[in-house]
Amino acid sequence: MSRVIVVTSGKGGVGKTTTSAAFSAGLASKGYKTAVIDFDVGLRNLDLIMGVERRVVYDFVNVINGEATLRQALIKDKRVDNLYILPASQTRDKDALTEEGVENVINDLKDDGFDYIICDSPAGIEKGAFMALYFADEAIIVTNPEVSSVRDSDRILGILQSKSRAAEEGNVVKEHLVITRYSPERVDSGDMISLDDIVEILSVPLLGVIPESGSVLQASNSGIPVIMDKESRAGQAYMDIVGRFLGEKIEHRFLDVEKQGFFKKLFG
Amino acid sequence: MGLFDIFRQNRKKNTATLAKERLQILIAHEHASGNGLNAPDYLPQLRNEIMEVIRKYVAVDDKSVNVNLEKGDDFDVLELNITLPDRQ
Ligand SMILES: Nc1ncnc2c1ncn2[C@@H]1O[C@H](COP(=O)(O)OP(=O)(O)O)[C@@H](O)[C@H]1O
Ligand SMILES: [Mg+2]
Repeated sequence: MSRVIVVTSGKGGVGKTTTSAAFSAGLASKGYKTAVIDFDVGLRNLDLIMGVERRVVYDFVNVINGEATLRQALIKDKRVDNLYILPASQTRDKDALTEEGVENVINDLKDDGFDYIICDSPAGIEKGAFMALYFADEAIIVTNPEVSSVRDSDRILGILQSKSRAAEEGNVVKEHLVITRYSPERVDSGDMISLDDIVEILSVPLLGVIPESGSVLQASNSGIPVIMDKESRAGQAYMDIVGRFLGEKIEHRFLDVEKQGFFKKLFG
Repeated sequence: MGLFDIFRQNRKKNTATLAKERLQILIAHEHASGNGLNAPDYLPQLRNEIMEVIRKYVAVDDKSVNVNLEKGDDFDVLELNITLPDRQ
């Protein structure tokens, strides 16, 4: 059975696209047939983060308008089997995503045997963000340890549980919290909200914490989802998230200030 | 850790704590007022029926009747605002 998962946040620039790319690549690497859809119409970026920008011929809106088939528009990842990317359109027409059109694409992906359909939401609470969450069975709420991000997450949770199709049918969308750009040093010094406080305020089960890490920028520079960087803390933290999502018992990591080892101090 | 470091530590601790407290108050308030999202679904119907009753007595247009629901801690307040036409 396919599951539709929206990656959303309300606020922009918190790490939705980074998370969508990592999460979908992780699921695919575990053998699940996964499609990741960029809902950010007009501001396509997922293709760049996943390194397929030069292979975009048709996009999501072309498929909705019947100008291309889904098969033509889906880009198969060359590094990870089972991974497919559906790029956003660069059109400026805000109404390009229709409810019927989006539903048809999602249903076609389900019929094609996709296990997971990941919807990378744009920022805001406008049409694109609404369409990204409307058909979701589950939601990954991406939050930064910062007041406006936490507030926006709460707001998007309200929308999710009242305006999605699941909500309209009296069901709940399963929620997962992912806190990104977490800096234990700054939490320790008292100028960053701690993950416990965020979890308490939002009361959403914590799926994982991604540390602030330079490797995220390096990964996006190279067009390789950071989860493929097995050396990096962010990559490892994303892999943990995928494992936990699939039901594995994995301890949370990278939550505390790294103790500088003697050798690291000496040579680091 | 010197005395000054302790002072700095305390001052810094405050901003994260302050952030948490502000968020808790704000979010509690936003939830209480329904976020503008959780308005009960009978409101539009209620509004239409009220309009019908009023129209029996005065000629009002659609825009002059405003129905609003505010959620409080212990009770909700249903606010009904009717602007009557100008007296000529
Ligand atoms: N864990 C992290 N550490 C450092 N930088 C990050 C991390 N996660 C995201 N970023 C950076 O934050 C910016 C916004 O990320 P992006 O995924 O595009 O956010 P969104 O899709 O929510 O707008 C990018 O420059 C990205 O490299
Ligand atoms: Mg994005």
